[in-house]
Amino acid sequence: MEKMSRVTTALSGSALTGRTMHCHLDAPANAISVCRDAAQVVVAGRSIFKIYAIEEEQFVEKLNLRVGRKPSLNLSCADVVWHQMDENLLATAATNGVVVTWNLGRPSRNKQDQLFTEHKRTVNKVCFHPTEAHVLLSGSQDGFMKCFDLRRKDSVSTFSGQSESVRDVQFSIRDYFTFASTFENGNVQLWDIRRPDRCERMFTAHNGPVFCCDWHPEDRGWLATGGRDKMVKVWDMTTHRAKEMHCVQTIASVARVKWRPECRHHLATCSMMVDHNIYVWDVRRPFVPAAMFEEHRDVTTGIAWRHPHDPSFLLSGSKDSTLCQHLFRDASQPVERANPEGLCYGLFGDLAFAAKESLVAAESGRKPYAGDRRHTIFFKRKLDPAEPFSGLASSALSVFETEPGSGSMSWFVDTAERYALAGRPLAELCDHNAKVARELGRNQVAQTWTMLRIIYCSPGLVPSANLNHSVGKGSSCGLPLMNSFNLKDMGPGLGSETRLDRSKGDARSDTALLDSSATLITNEDNEETEGSDVPADYLLGDVEGEEDELYPLDSEHVHPEEPEYVLPQEAFPLRHEIVDTPSGPEHLQDKADSPHVSGSEADAASLAPVDSSFSLLSVSHALYDSRLPPDFFSVLVRDMLRFYAEQGDVQMAVSVLIVLGERVRKDIDEQTQEHWYTSYIDLLQRFCLWNVSNEVVKLSTSRAVSCLNQASTTLHVNCSHCKRPMSSRGWVCDRCHRCASMCAVCHHVVKGLFVWCQGCSHGGHLQHIMKWLEGSSHCPAGCGHLCEYS
Amino acid sequence: MAEGENEVRWDGLCSRDSTTRETALESIRQIILRKTEYLRSIKETLYRPSDEFSNAVSLDGLNKLLAHLLMLSKRCPFKDVREKSGFILKSVEELGIRVPRPLGHGPSRFIPEKEILQVGSEDAQMHTLFADSFAALGRLDNITLVMVFHPQYLESFLKTQHYLLQMDGPLPLHYRHYIGIMAAARHRCSYLVNLHVNDFLHVGGDPKWLNGLENAPQKLQNLGELNKVLAHRPWLITKEHIEGLLKAEEHSWSLAELVHAVVLLTHYHSLASFTFGCGISPEIHCDGGHTFRPPSVSNYCICDITNGNHGVDEMQVNSAGNISTSDSFFEVEALMEKMKQLQECRDEEEASQEEMASRFEIEKRESMFVFSSDDDEVTPARDVSRHFEDTSYGYKDFSRHGMHVPTFRVQDYCWEDHGYSLVNRLYPDVGQLIDEKFHIAYNLTYNTMAMHKDVDTSMLRRAIWNYIHCMFGIRYDDYDYGEINQLLDRSFKVYIKTVVCTPEKVTKRMYDSFWRQFKHSEKVHVNLLLIEARMQAELLYALRAITRYMT
Repeated sequence: MEKMSRVTTALSGSALTGRTMHCHLDAPANAISVCRDAAQVVVAGRSIFKIYAIEEEQFVEKLNLRVGRKPSLNLSCADVVWHQMDENLLATAATNGVVVTWNLGRPSRNKQDQLFTEHKRTVNKVCFHPTEAHVLLSGSQDGFMKCFDLRRKDSVSTFSGQSESVRDVQFSIRDYFTFASTFENGNVQLWDIRRPDRCERMFTAHNGPVFCCDWHPEDRGWLATGGRDKMVKVWDMTTHRAKEMHCVQTIASVARVKWRPECRHHLATCSMMVDHNIYVWDVRRPFVPAAMFEEHRDVTTGIAWRHPHDPSFLLSGSKDSTLCQHLFRDASQPVERANPEGLCYGLFGDLAFAAKESLVAAESGRKPYAGDRRHTIFFKRKLDPAEPFSGLASSALSVFETEPGSGSMSWFVDTAERYALAGRPLAELCDHNAKVARELGRNQVAQTWTMLRIIYCSPGLVPSANLNHSVGKGSSCGLPLMNSFNLKDMGPGLGSETRLDRSKGDARSDTALLDSSATLITNEDNEETEGSDVPADYLLGDVEGEEDELYPLDSEHVHPEEPEYVLPQEAFPLRHEIVDTPSGPEHLQDKADSPHVSGSEADAASLAPVDSSFSLLSVSHALYDSRLPPDFFSVLVRDMLRFYAEQGDVQMAVSVLIVLGERVRKDIDEQTQEHWYTSYIDLLQRFCLWNVSNEVVKLSTSRAVSCLNQASTTLHVNCSHCKRPMSSRGWVCDRCHRCASMCAVCHHVVKGLFVWCQGCSHGGHLQHIMKWLEGSSHCPAGCGHLCEYS
Repeated sequence: MAEGENEVRWDGLCSRDSTTRETALESIRQIILRKTEYLRSIKETLYRPSDEFSNAVSLDGLNKLLAHLLMLSKRCPFKDVREKSGFILKSVEELGIRVPRPLGHGPSRFIPEKEILQVGSEDAQMHTLFADSFAALGRLDNITLVMVFHPQYLESFLKTQHYLLQMDGPLPLHYRHYIGIMAAARHRCSYLVNLHVNDFLHVGGDPKWLNGLENAPQKLQNLGELNKVLAHRPWLITKEHIEGLLKAEEHSWSLAELVHAVVLLTHYHSLASFTFGCGISPEIHCDGGHTFRPPSVSNYCICDITNGNHGVDEMQVNSAGNISTSDSFFEVEALMEKMKQLQECRDEEEASQEEMASRFEIEKRESMFVFSSDDDEVTPARDVSRHFEDTSYGYKDFSRHGMHVPTFRVQDYCWEDHGYSLVNRLYPDVGQLIDEKFHIAYNLTYNTMAMHKDVDTSMLRRAIWNYIHCMFGIRYDDYDYGEINQLLDRSFKVYIKTVVCTPEKVTKRMYDSFWRQFKHSEKVHVNLLLIEARMQAELLYALRAITRYMT
């Protein structure tokens, strides 16, 4: 029987022709179904029930099945199905719970054949047996499925899903007796049509209602299901447990799913809400649809492949009252528009990047944008020969290897752990942190701390030897940072001034001065080709060899002048700030006033925007000597913090923010602070520095950050005996009425802080365990485990 | 007297740690005693008229504290707090200061206090619920105390409300409370307005906004129209309403914000229904919840009087109930009998299609005219009308004129398929929470009816649910609306209609006169069905309009 039907269908499907076309219906469609001969389609909806002939160029209305004067709810169709064996037989599911069969062979105008009124609620789905002529199955909102024999007046058997409502029923194409049903509670059930007492198998397929399912036409036991949770899943039912084979994530709830004929891994889906397109997916590539049909203007409610052996014609009906025939070759293919790219970090910081070859080629042509140097600073770039990428496009794979040591973030961890952020006078904190930074070889940071100390504590008391000392030992690490900063922020003219100023401060000869301005020019050139991406690249680390080549400045030359160098810069950003950022006008106004008062004669000079480097120089000296109040520097400090944060060293920004506290906080807007805090905390947590991160949270003044500690403070405990969650109290289990956590030392119930060994899971009162482990290294429970307490 | 140190912090009391609560209480005690001493000293020293004002202010401040303390002594889920705050009150009284006492008869005016669960006698599950609620809001409101008849629902309700008001969402916190106030004020629900005015100020809302909607930002003012239509005639919502809100230049709403606002509006409209439907009394610490007068003066709270409940004494109700016991006993029996009949002979008498359609129309039309005879205007205790404009716009107008309500077919746009997806898309997780709440409310049953056990009440519940949707013009193709007429008698219909459409007109008489033999918990159950069905109906109309706007 099965074989015969397949032969007949295969024969008639030899020559399908047509084009992408659509026709207007009078009313929204709820479902469509195709006749076996692939030449007619039936459209059903609340107020439409018509048969259209599919012709070469157009749809032609052939028959209106809605006859009679009064509209009846029996004709308000939720679903329609055309028998795949008998061209004259149709069945509809009505919203009022009636199942109607139609016989097109009837001579009268009214083709209605039989009426089954057994369901109490809306019937969501009807389905004919694929090979048996008289068997019809229905699934309803009342939770029942009924099997009708069309030769009898009422149902043969009733299947109870024990659930609220059945959303779909489908006979298996390969197994004669099997059908699948899907439910609103997320379950899928498999039934044997001979056994109405209980289902063969049941499993939860989706979170929320399962709207549809479809058996694979070729592969026995493959079932595709679609649900409200926006997923299409493909299950293998041949194994003992239903196994999820593929999962496609769509962007909206899945209303219908239909396997594509002759294409083993393709299926078509449409959505119930929001999204109007029809997608054809290759289930092996679940992220980008293989094809997309965008004709409809409202949600698509019914889809059907025109012929069971022709993969190129898809029919669809929609709420926008149109019936469409889509040709696969006219579909838009999102894959073509996508730029396939892959990016992945290796275990040791290696970075692999794959992209379409054409893309990579185009990019390398644009020097100023991408700039190979960007990579070569940290990575060696090996270009592997192009690999074919699933036959679609050839792509280039680049692997960037980390140079040994350069990707290491150990400095970050060390710094985080050793910095002192509170609890001591500011001067001590600064000194301590400077020392930490210096020991880790981060001289620029060390300098910054020292300067902060100078600014905010006892100005001028820092012995100059101290400075020189750090400079002498310094590597070139911090230098490039400074350079790029200058150039970017101040523009070339200003940059050269500071440079001049710098060398002057160092009391060097004129030759040296020329020297540095010469380097400056080369730097400028670099900057221009680099674009704005540069600073971020430097952040990752102590770049050595190559840096020196790029910036051949000698270190002695640059470092010592930093204290002075910061001063002249003051005059300009200060005014810019007043004009540009109206965010904190009061503070800034105050600060703008302070230099006017203190540095009286410097006033005029600093007001004149850019005169000559020498006048600026004198100003700077005057300012420095007159011991300005720390407030004067706050703009500068703010810029410094911003600079560090922009470089990615948010650690520095946050640490300084905490250490300086009120002194700078008001200058930086809340949002920025919060942003810094959250990024630093995030970093700390990635490095498992929980204690430090907690300290930072505690010390932060930003409300949004400090409440991080308040969120999710509940600790969920499971009972150690019955493994169920303990809801009411943390120490007594409601179910097994036993005390869950006993102290291994004192054998009492632990109600407060409980510490336990992750190795042997024994534990007890924090105090008791601490005491015990001071004296013994073995577990107090006597299990023989060598517990560690850290 | 420095104000700073006298600032009372109540949040310590919400902690689950008893020592934290202890210290918080102790500091409150000291502040109160200090204030008391200060007042006494003023009284004892020479009376100076210039001080009168500041005196009144500080007395007012103290009274507020005492009222709050009174609330804690009655309604805190933690025993230690209850006892200690009672103790503090007593010691203040001993110092000669007048202390407040609660007014009214427990959380609900309709349900005798003894029927309602006493704080402190709850079981473990309820205690967890109470503690969660108290920790989140710093109070245990009367709504919670009444809903705890159905702890399973309460849990879902509190979770949803907490998410809507305090968790992630596109709207700022004070907006959320303000929208709650707007929605509750639409039904003149002074109870909810009072609660949320406090919360609104607590989260840093601008007190000026409370002077009326015209003082709020334009953006919220724009929402007024939607609020009005949604509360009284949701079927009139069109995509033009939505478009108007979304395209208002600098005052425009984003889709996500709008969905959040719509969910809040519908939540508070239906919660207002619950408040009136169950006769929730004012909170002890709010206006009208307590009095400083000695007990002999009056036994009635203002709201009782204005609602026409005066003279309804417990005794009278009981005697009235006794007289008609046999009568109402038959009521239950008859209802059971009808349900049985419907179950059995459903298949036999097949109504024609036209018949079915007309039954729906009849029910819909009749629901317009189902109204209680007494239509006295209720004067709200607090002037809540300033929170909304166009006070004359209400359900009443059109019901008198018999306006036609278009039919909304649930098979074309239902919550499960369409509404859920839309809400979850624009306001993640909320769709799930509301969906759960609907499910729990719809499926909640203990298989009991009055004194009968093992009854399948699904038919009755469905009739109630569909009747409410029917009033909003929402039709289920697969439902025979004749069942409603069989199962719901007139007094019940009057109650449902009033609670859902004009909740402010509910009286104790209405509450008492339907289902006289049923337990109070069952009447609360009915209310849960009413408010969830109403919320779903409003949501369906609003979401459909949003969907239409999007397509």
